[in-house]
Amino acid sequence: MTLLTTSAQAAPPPPRPRSRFRLRKEAWVGWGFAGPFVAVFGLVFLAPIGYALYLSLFRDRLIGGTSFVGLDNYADALTDPRFWDGLLRVGLFLLVQVPVMLGIALLVALAIDSGRLYGASFFRVAVFLPYAVPAVVASLIWGFMYGTQFGLVGNVNDALGVTLPDPLSPSLVLASLGNIVTWEFVGYNMLIFYSALKVVPRSLYEAAAIDGAGEWRVVRSVKLPAIRGALVIATIFSIIGSFQLFNEPSILQKLAPNAITSDFTPNLYTYSLSFAGQQHNYAATVAIVMGVITAIIAYTVQLRGMRKG
Amino acid sequence: MATHTTRRLLGALAVLTTLSLTVTACGADGDGGDTGPKDVAAALEKGGKLTVWAWEPTLKKVAEDFEKKYPEVDVELVNAGTGDKQYTALQNAIAAGSGAPDVAQVEYYALGQFTTAKTVEDLAPYGAQKHGTGFTTGPWNAVTEDKAVFALPMDSGPMAFFYNKKVFDKHGIKVPTTWDEYVEAARALHKADPKVFITNDTGDAGATTSLIWQAGGRPYESRGTDVTIDFGDAGTQKYTDTWQKLLDEKLVAPVSSWSDAWYKGLADGSLATLSIGAWMPANFTSGVASASGDWRVAPLPQWTKGDTASAENGGSSLAVPKAARNKELAYAFTEFATTGAGASTRVAAGAFPATRADLEADAFLNAEFPYFGGQKANQVFAESARNVGEDWTYLPYQVYANSVFNDTVGKAYVSPTKLADGLKAWQDTSVKYGQDQGFTVNK
Amino acid sequence: MTTTLTSATAGGPADAPRPTAARAASRTTVPTRRGRLPRTPLNPRPSIPLTLVAGLVLLYTLLPLAWLLINATKDQKGLLDSFGLWFADDVNLWDNITRTLTYDDGVFVRWLLNTLLYVAAGAGGATVLAVLGGYALAKYQFPGRKAIFAVVIGAVAVPGTALAVPTFLMFSGMGLTNTPWAVIIPSLISPFGLYLMWVFAAEAVPTELLEAARIDGSGELRTFFTIALPLLMPGTVTVLLFSMVATWNNYFLPLIMIKDPDWYPLTLGLNAWNAQAQTAGGEAVFDLIVTGSLLTIVPIVAVFLLLQRFWQSGLAAGSVKE
Repeated sequence: MTLLTTSAQAAPPPPRPRSRFRLRKEAWVGWGFAGPFVAVFGLVFLAPIGYALYLSLFRDRLIGGTSFVGLDNYADALTDPRFWDGLLRVGLFLLVQVPVMLGIALLVALAIDSGRLYGASFFRVAVFLPYAVPAVVASLIWGFMYGTQFGLVGNVNDALGVTLPDPLSPSLVLASLGNIVTWEFVGYNMLIFYSALKVVPRSLYEAAAIDGAGEWRVVRSVKLPAIRGALVIATIFSIIGSFQLFNEPSILQKLAPNAITSDFTPNLYTYSLSFAGQQHNYAATVAIVMGVITAIIAYTVQLRGMRKG
Repeated sequence: MATHTTRRLLGALAVLTTLSLTVTACGADGDGGDTGPKDVAAALEKGGKLTVWAWEPTLKKVAEDFEKKYPEVDVELVNAGTGDKQYTALQNAIAAGSGAPDVAQVEYYALGQFTTAKTVEDLAPYGAQKHGTGFTTGPWNAVTEDKAVFALPMDSGPMAFFYNKKVFDKHGIKVPTTWDEYVEAARALHKADPKVFITNDTGDAGATTSLIWQAGGRPYESRGTDVTIDFGDAGTQKYTDTWQKLLDEKLVAPVSSWSDAWYKGLADGSLATLSIGAWMPANFTSGVASASGDWRVAPLPQWTKGDTASAENGGSSLAVPKAARNKELAYAFTEFATTGAGASTRVAAGAFPATRADLEADAFLNAEFPYFGGQKANQVFAESARNVGEDWTYLPYQVYANSVFNDTVGKAYVSPTKLADGLKAWQDTSVKYGQDQGFTVNK
Repeated sequence: MTTTLTSATAGGPADAPRPTAARAASRTTVPTRRGRLPRTPLNPRPSIPLTLVAGLVLLYTLLPLAWLLINATKDQKGLLDSFGLWFADDVNLWDNITRTLTYDDGVFVRWLLNTLLYVAAGAGGATVLAVLGGYALAKYQFPGRKAIFAVVIGAVAVPGTALAVPTFLMFSGMGLTNTPWAVIIPSLISPFGLYLMWVFAAEAVPTELLEAARIDGSGELRTFFTIALPLLMPGTVTVLLFSMVATWNNYFLPLIMIKDPDWYPLTLGLNAWNAQAQTAGGEAVFDLIVTGSLLTIVPIVAVFLLLQRFWQSGLAAGSVKE
């Protein structure tokens, strides 16, 4: 686990060798502090996952009841076009939306941190505000604005006599969703980057400044390397978030039922399998496969992100 | 702290293990075997607490009346979600073995899912059969299977044609009485004012199946575990031929029903007609208040000139889950809310009756709707209720089928895919699901 | 007033009122080193082009909020008839708020109180667990330490929607569904909070200080409370802020767990109102939904603004520690 190498390196090394006894005691105390988190985590994450693993080995049918099927569900999932189409779709979403969102967030964070903005603290608050808007409300607002009949797009069409493409048509709906997600989380990521920038030791800037480094130079050689940990972790959480895309499409589905199908994203697919189709076992299987894929990608990003430095 | 958390973890593990066992055992759960007549009167005297899951607003008054009449009974009315959300909750609670309500509102199309899984109680032993003649045919057929009565009809949705008279008058267009005239009117309206559409449609399983029903199509057949699905019959074809024209010529507005844009379109005249269940007036008065006086009600356009065919659209029943704690009491409430005075109370509050007595009452038939310009709209609805086509069946897993409607048929709305091909794809998906679930489909 | 480092370094012309002499004196504990340097990357002058570019982002983030604010002043008819980004003829904001708060016997207020309970217990608990856990990960060597975060990331990667049913069945077995616990317990886990506290504790709590306390004979708990916790405060506030927002906006799990509207949080309540428009015989209340949405985000925005002072000054203090 090298996720925190930068910070671990920043922390001073243990000052002196410790005795066996000290280590044993430290282990107990360490677990004592971490224990509550681990226990609750076990209850609300690991236990359901374990249960899902168990469920994934069975098949429950309306007629005929439950039977043990071994790994059949996994074989089905790996060849299920509805699952893979959804995965490709969120993969595409991820490749475009995450860089755009993190890029904007980083630029705003750097701009605020640079001290070259008028009204920097207002920016900081205002850009963060959308994060405080529940996904339900955000999707309702954007869903209204996207309306070509009576919404804002419709208003613009009427006012300018143009025909803007329908943001909720099948070809554009993914981009429209990306826009909502970007809107919701740009401020959140900005704040993470900004707070990481804030704890970069000022002495580093000073040293660079004394060396005569320009502003961009400081950004490239001091600021970005210093917040690499935050960049990587934000990327990882954004990747997980993209792969789990659910709230926004599920709410917009009412407005664009034909563009956002029930298997639009893997998470929507497991939801409809589980809830409309009562296929809990297969839903659990798809969720586990999805989790494994997501985790592999997240770990890869983390390893590469950390190695580059 | 450490011991506390350990114990909690162990507790969770124990729960997990038990659950795995119960879930596995669940499927084999058979009938209780107690088929003798139930003593409902004694249960009422004894009283107790009753949990009712329903989203139908008119039940509130009925629950109060019931408590007044039987002071020992305490009714807790819970809105556990609308439609499929509530069914999900119900299925989850049944699977978990606790937390299921005593009475649940279930729409007719969804009831099959519960009767097939044998998770709702047969109400015949409680004396439900005697109400058979009191209900209209469509709803009664929907809740019964042979001698079993799986729910009591709460309301119904015989279809009617709602049209914005002001819009038709303004453009001098005749209100259609056949679907061919409907297509003509759609063209004329849209030509006269490109902002006006005859109606909206983004693909709605309930509306589509209802219109196929009216056209005489019977795509579903279900007998126990034998299921047939065929969207190739003549009735379905009539529907697809007509609707394909509307889609090809972009004569229906791409606005989803129940959205804010939809309410707006109904209010400002850009959506000129609706073919929908007779429960719609209440939504008109509350959601489209500003268009009061503009709208009128007529019988559905016909597939063959001079016919009077109709169909049901929506409507729900009250069922008693097998997991209910006090089934006798639950039945008593179900009976109270769906028949006699309870039914009349709900009709007075705006529900559309499934009971013959209410449907034929003079006060009901002669009620004038100020919203519809003083029209006696219930006469149109009552006529429609009498003309509902017989022998319609939904799939025993219609909730799932409807959930994939837009994945398949929806393609016809947003791509060059033909409606008939979309329905074929829907059929294939439904067949596959049925087979996966252990039904014998199309064999 | 949020004048700390930023305004002080910017020279504060447009940012916020310049601190008065008295205030400036009171904050001499926070040295504003940057101010003393000549104009360099550390002490730049505000740039109009940069502000304009950032202003585009600002416009983007504020436009939908402006829509919400404007439309909360409209009644049902105005909502559907008038142009989305301008006011209708009459302003009904106060009337809308009153009706939102009193509709259906004031159920909105009940939902608000529920949400407050969930936020207090859930976000508060999540912060406590994250602080303890992050501190342990950063400052103690113990077997399994490195595995914890890997497992957390792996588990978070499994889509929650499919775990909802297993979780529901488990919670139901423990008799927790339809009770506040079903919302609070899952809210206690904030993976990101754990990460943040881990990093923060590694940076903000010098190991030498802990060692010194140990040599003085201070117990581990006492060391934590008297030495580590004060140093961890800024990070704690940040985690609290994020957890509060997450709990406040929690939607999916309550949707599965809570069936009794008396225990709904605001998000579920708004969704139920939205569903009302889609029901035969239901009453469409779009105006109340819009106003309710506005009322739902106001408290969380207020909390953010309030907390930001602590958070900001805390970060500033953290940044000058070297």
